[in-house]
Formats: sequence, structure tokens, C-alpha cells
Amino acid sequence: MAVLTINGKRHDASVDPETPLLWVLRDTLGMTGTKYGCGIAQCGACTVHIDGVPVRSCSLPVSAVGEGKITTIEGLADNGKLHKIQQAWIENDVPQCGYCQSGMIMAAAALLAEKPNPTDTDIDEAMTNICRCGTYQQVRAAIHAAAKA
Amino acid sequence: MNAIASMDRRSFLVGSTAGVFSLGFAIPFARAQGAAGAVREINAWVVIHPDDKVVIRIARSEMGQGTLTGLAQLVAEELECDWSKVSTEFPTPGQNVARNRVWRNFSTGGSRGIRESHEYVRQGGAAARMMLVAAAAKRWGVAEAECTAANSVVTHGASGRKLGFGALAADAATMEPPKEIRLKDVKDWKVAGKGVKRLDTAPKVDGTLVYGIDLRFPGMLTATIRDCPVQGGKLKSFDAAKVEKMPGVRKVVAVDGTGVAVIADGYWQAHKALEALPVEWDMGPGGKTSSATIDAMLTEGLTAENVFIGTKIGDAKAAIAGAAKVVEAVYSYPYQNHATMEPMNATAVWTADRCEVWCPTQNGEAALAAAAEAAELPVAKCDVHKAFLGGGFGRRGRSDYVRQAVLIAKQMPGTPVKLIWSREEDMMHCAFHPVTKCKMTGAFDAAGKLVGLHMRISGQSILASLAPQGLQNGMDPVVFQGLNGGGAEGQFGYDVPNLLVDHAMRNTHILAGFWRGVNLNHNAIYVESFMDELARAAGEDPLAFRRKYLKPKHRAVLDAACERAGYGKAAPGIFHGVAQIMGFGSYVAACAEVSVKDGKLKIHRIVAATDPGTVVNPAQIERQVAGSFVYGLSAALYGECTVKDGAIEQTNFDTYPVLHMDEMPKVEAVLVPSGGFWGGVGEPTIGVAAPAVLNAIYAATGKRIRSLPLSKHDLRSA
Ligand code: FES
Ligand code: FES
Repeated sequence: MAVLTINGKRHDASVDPETPLLWVLRDTLGMTGTKYGCGIAQCGACTVHIDGVPVRSCSLPVSAVGEGKITTIEGLADNGKLHKIQQAWIENDVPQCGYCQSGMIMAAAALLAEKPNPTDTDIDEAMTNICRCGTYQQVRAAIHAAAKA
Repeated sequence: MNAIASMDRRSFLVGSTAGVFSLGFAIPFARAQGAAGAVREINAWVVIHPDDKVVIRIARSEMGQGTLTGLAQLVAEELECDWSKVSTEFPTPGQNVARNRVWRNFSTGGSRGIRESHEYVRQGGAAARMMLVAAAAKRWGVAEAECTAANSVVTHGASGRKLGFGALAADAATMEPPKEIRLKDVKDWKVAGKGVKRLDTAPKVDGTLVYGIDLRFPGMLTATIRDCPVQGGKLKSFDAAKVEKMPGVRKVVAVDGTGVAVIADGYWQAHKALEALPVEWDMGPGGKTSSATIDAMLTEGLTAENVFIGTKIGDAKAAIAGAAKVVEAVYSYPYQNHATMEPMNATAVWTADRCEVWCPTQNGEAALAAAAEAAELPVAKCDVHKAFLGGGFGRRGRSDYVRQAVLIAKQMPGTPVKLIWSREEDMMHCAFHPVTKCKMTGAFDAAGKLVGLHMRISGQSILASLAPQGLQNGMDPVVFQGLNGGGAEGQFGYDVPNLLVDHAMRNTHILAGFWRGVNLNHNAIYVESFMDELARAAGEDPLAFRRKYLKPKHRAVLDAACERAGYGKAAPGIFHGVAQIMGFGSYVAACAEVSVKDGKLKIHRIVAATDPGTVVNPAQIERQVAGSFVYGLSAALYGECTVKDGAIEQTNFDTYPVLHMDEMPKVEAVLVPSGGFWGGVGEPTIGVAAPAVLNAIYAATGKRIRSLPLSKHDLRSA
């Protein structure tokens, strides 16, 4: 039995401890905002925060989460108020298909928490998520916009 | 309880069970009849709620390209409704069949979403407006001509009386549809033609949008599949007993004689069991094929006699034979996977009496046909519910995964089963970007004028793989994208008095498919790299050389890109390369700015010009253009699927790398619509991405790259 704190709520999941956090979120707990893209920590679609640090949940056994506090895309908004990254995403019309965007947004939110005014190089280094639709240009613009917001 | 018995859309999709989501298509359609104050369907395209909310029906799929928003703009423009009140829904393919194909084509590919349907969707919006106006005129007892509609309100000019669309909807729904419809002039557009924001963004930033892979139904199981690693091979045997006792595993089933699937409570359990499952394959005749054997076959085709002639003007062979100077070069283009971010998936429920499928698809009607065939049920007893797509790029025009999902669900009657492919399965099984080689031969006369051009393409035919019924006496006309002698789809851009484009069709056991940009991708590389080679051979500037031979619209779009880029005025150490092409009904061109330092390429900036004739949403076109460079440069820099023992060797993003943020050049889109036609924008720009960069690399290094991906070439100076 894994006991997890997700978006401020306690969840009990009776799963094999080796199960990646991604599939516990998606299949066991029904939180499908976090996406499966590659399963090998390459694409970032599955990015969540554990204690504020971006983590690729497809490659993290649920047993390794320990006491860590998990934030998923569903919990990024604060009491219904969108995170400024989400707001900037809407204002800049960032998503195309949108499938990579949960992961992009989680990575960007973690970047801003660490560096409130990221340079282009900071963005290049932190944003290693794959977007096949090719929204990188809008992602960059939206991160800068959120930093100024 | 038999799950299918409860499978009306409400209980299944809008159901209140925690974790079960509703989809955009979930609300059953309102019909014209019904109590006053109800939601009204004015016609197939337009539904109006009593509170003025407008629901526009979208037949084409939304996979990120923005067609949903563009089509809604076109309907709204003619409807004269308040744009802020607009939402959308997807009719199902089954409803289309039941209603005599009132929404016409659902297929979403070939950048045709808007250009093929703009007229009838606008007519749908206009007809609905006219019915609303007629209803108001009738209620007021005045002539229709005295009433106008704007912003979801009908006004009687003389008396100043007003009625909102919501209040008129019930009456309007009973009006005769108009016989004559006049569409607005493009110059009078207020919503269409404007860079309005997409309608589908909000649920994409908080994780609430339900993609196919996210569907959850009560009692649902999850399956994952392994198909024979070699296309055309067969499943020999598997040892289910070895995994049946693993946690969560429900059943191990053979699929279609070529694959095996594990059905389990959740994906991870299915995946682990499938990994542990002993399977034996009969690889079939394809098992002896490798990249080297394919390359040898294509090389033979470069000089073969028996070929299909696509374009013939004058006598290119004679011009080459009598030329003062001949230039020759051979190019090649590898297999590539679409690699949509969302792996293939479909959810199906089957009983002996009914089959329903929920899936991301670019071709709802083909998915329905595939589902019915696999279900062994009449189409009328099946339906397909389209989910938003986590990328399409041509991959989801095929319904192989739909067929598999139904065949699996059939072995669990009454239980919803969601089939999810692993990324590895996805990488190894698609209809890949076709492999081709090309021999280009150009002829100059004594005065240095380009008088002849022969383009010999050797390689795969997509139609032979996927739609042989489309072949014309064996010839695949799609091979000649961007190389046609004329026509509105994609004509060859240069006036050369003697031109021959021919195709030696060489197919392999590996399926070739429609891959965003399709054959235009390699055709543009071949033509535009070679034009650069010809310019250099003639001792002329690549832009000036092209301008001498380009047809006016092709030249205008290249000029627009070069002007904005400041062609010829690059800073020291920075080099320009250009390319143009016409495809999917649009003219596109690019000017790339690159530098190469110690063999390391940096693409600084790309200016891309597009003439799509008519612009429906400039902001979304800009995004399609920028995205096209990500897709096209991923292909140019890294994209290659190699073949060993008949199977594709690349299995995930570690072996099939794609462009990341840090490599993304600044893309500037210049729109130069010349009016009078409707071209597509989701694909053509991909064609110019690679050649513009390759030509800039030549300018920077003197190295001519004739095969992709770039990552296998050494760009250090010799
Ligand atoms: S799914 Fe986790 S990084 Fe790709
Ligand atoms: S928006 Fe489609 S993959 Fe990023």
C-alpha cells in the first residue's frame, strides 16, 4: 500500500511498489492530466513536482516517492486561480495538440519557482520536454511573459 | 450488468462516476423538434441554446493544427453570431452515415481540413442565419429583407425591434432551409480572417482535456499489444501460462494472427506481463531485408528503363544529350516515424449486437468501417466517438489500432477494453515516411541557360502500400507532389523548357504512409538542393539564379521571405540558404540563417513566407509555420528509421531523437495571401525547412549534404 500526498490530499493506493508513479496517478487514481509519452524519461510528458522539483513520473517507482509531496497539473492552480504559467499559456495560445503541455507547464512552473526571471539559456537548460507539434517558440514567449506577470 | 446496455452517451461519458470524464461529443444532439426553451439544431452545423450559446459542429478532427477553430470561425462569420458564445462538438461518423453524410468528409489529412470544406461549412452558417432572420421576420410580420443579423441578434431596421438568436432558435429550426445562399466577400469578414485565439486551449493547460488515452469507463480493462516486429510476419505461438498468474492480468489473446495482447486491470500490469511473455514469430519474407538491401534496390531504380512518367515538358533527355554542360547529383531520404506524442490507442466495447469505439483518429469514417469489419457487424450497429488527438501527422489516418482494439474487445464481450501501444510498439509499427533516392540531371546550353532537367525518383509508393485503388494504371500520382506540370495542388515552380520527372516504383515489405508533408518533403529537398547546385555550377547567386526561372507566384513568395530576412546582408560568420516549393495548394519559401563552428551547426533564424491564397486565422498559420520547422528540422537533423532483419531498429526517443527547445531557431512567418484560392497550411512549410538549412550549410562550409539525417555527417571543414 502506497500512501501519497497529491495536490495536498492523501491518497492510498494498493499497488505493486515497483509501479511507476505515472501509472498510479493515471490508472489507480484516475488523474489523467499527467501523460505517458515514452516511459523512459526522455520526453517529459509525465512531469510532476515532488516537493517542488520536476520529476519524470514514468521512471519513478511509486515506492521511491516516500514522504514527498506530489503536485500534478490538476493541482497547479491555487483554489481555482490558475498558476501564472497556465495564465501565460492561455494568453499566448501556446498549445497545439496539447498532449505535451501538462509536462511543459510543470517544467516551466518549476523553472520559474527557482529562477523568477529566466534567461533564454536557463529556459533551454530547464525545458528539455519534447513537443512534436513544435510549440517551442510559444513556450519560450509564454515563460518570459509569465516572468513579467 | 452488460456494459453495452448502459452505453448511451450520457451514462458512459457524462456519467457521474468519479474519474469518468465527459467528452466534447457527449451531449446528445438536439433535434429540431422538442419543447420550447430546449436546445435547437438549426441545421447540421449549428445548434443554438436558449441562452444564446452557439454550438458549431466540426466534422474534421482536431490534432493540434487548429482546424477546429478555423472552421468554427468560418461558420460563425456567416452565422453572424457572437464569437464569445461559440463552442464546438464533433458529430460521430455513425451519425454522419445515419444522416446521409450531411457533414460530408470527416477525413483530416493533406492539409485539406479547411480548403476542402470552407464553402459548405460557410453555407451551413449562412443558411442558419437566414432561417433565424426568417423566423424573426415572421414573428414581426415584416419582410425578411428588412431584417439583419449581427452579433447573435436579429434587428428590424425600421422599427428597431430586436430578438436574440436564443429566442428565435425554436422557430428558426422549423423554417425551410434557403435555396439560394450568397456567401460574404472575404474583405467583409469580421471573425474569419482574424487571428482569434483557439477555442480548445483552456482544458489543455489544466489537464482536463480527455485524449483517447485518458478515457476511463466503469469496469474498463487495459490491453497492450506486441505485433510481429517484421511487417507482414505472423504470430507463431505464445506461452500464456507463463504470465497469466501475474498480478492484474485477465487474459492473453492472439490478435489477427500477427500479434498478441495482454489484457489487465491497468496499463503497467499489462505491460509487465507482455514483456515477460514468451512469443515466437514467423518473420516472413520481409525478415531478410535490411537498410542496405533497400538502398541497393533504390539505386538500381535510378537508372531503370521501366518507369512512370509524372511530368513531361519538351524533351529533357535530348536537351541533356545536346547540352554544353551537364550537372548531376544523387540524393536520398530515409524512413521516418511520425512519433505523435500520444501513442496509438483505442477503446472498444463489443457485444454480438453492437460495437462502439472511442479513439483519436484523423479519419472517423475509416475508423468506423474498420471497427465494423473487425466487429463483424453492420455499420449501423457500430459507432466511433472521436477524441481529441495527441498529434496526428498522418499517422492516425490509418485505423490499424482501431481494428486491433475491436478484435481484443471481442474476446471480452461486454467489457470496455482500452488498448494502449507502448512507445516501442508505436515506433516499430506505422506506415513510415517513404524511402526514396533521386538522381537529378541538369543541362545548360552554351549561353549558360538552364535548358533541361531530369528528375528520376526511385522508391516507395504510399498509395501502393495503403490505397492501391488510387493507383492510375499502376502509377502513384502522389509521388509527384510539388512537381506537377500544372494545377492548383502543387506545380513545379521553375520554367524549364525541357522537363522530365519520372518514378521507378520500388516497394518493400515496410509500409509507406502519409507523413506530415508527405512526398513534398523529399521532393522539395531534391529540387531545391539541386537548384543550389546548378546556381553554383553556373557561378551565380542561388537567389538570383532561381529568380530567372521561377514562375511569378513562386518567385513572389521567395522574394517575400528573402526581403524580410535581409538576404545577402548576413552578419559575418552567418550564412543564408533559401528554398521554395508549392504544395497542398499553397506557395511557401524560406530563408535560413545558420553558422557552423568547429563542425557544430547553429540555426539562428528562419524567415518563412506563405501564400495560401486566403487566410482564415493568421495567428494559427504562424504557429503551423513554426511547428512545421520543428517537424521538418527534427527530420532533417535526426530522423531516420533503419531496418535490420526486416524490423525497424529505432524504438524510442533515445534512438529516434527529435528537435528540442535549445535547437529551435527563431521563426518569423510572413503571410502574403494573394487571394482567389484556398491553400493548406499544416504541411507545405515542412518541405522548405530542410533544403533552406542544407543550402545555408553549403554556403557556410562548402559541404553539400545529399542524404539525411544531418547528424551522420561531419560538418567540420576538411
Ligand atoms: S513519459 Fe516520462 S519522460 Fe516520457
Ligand atoms: S502541443 Fe502537441 S506535442 Fe506539444
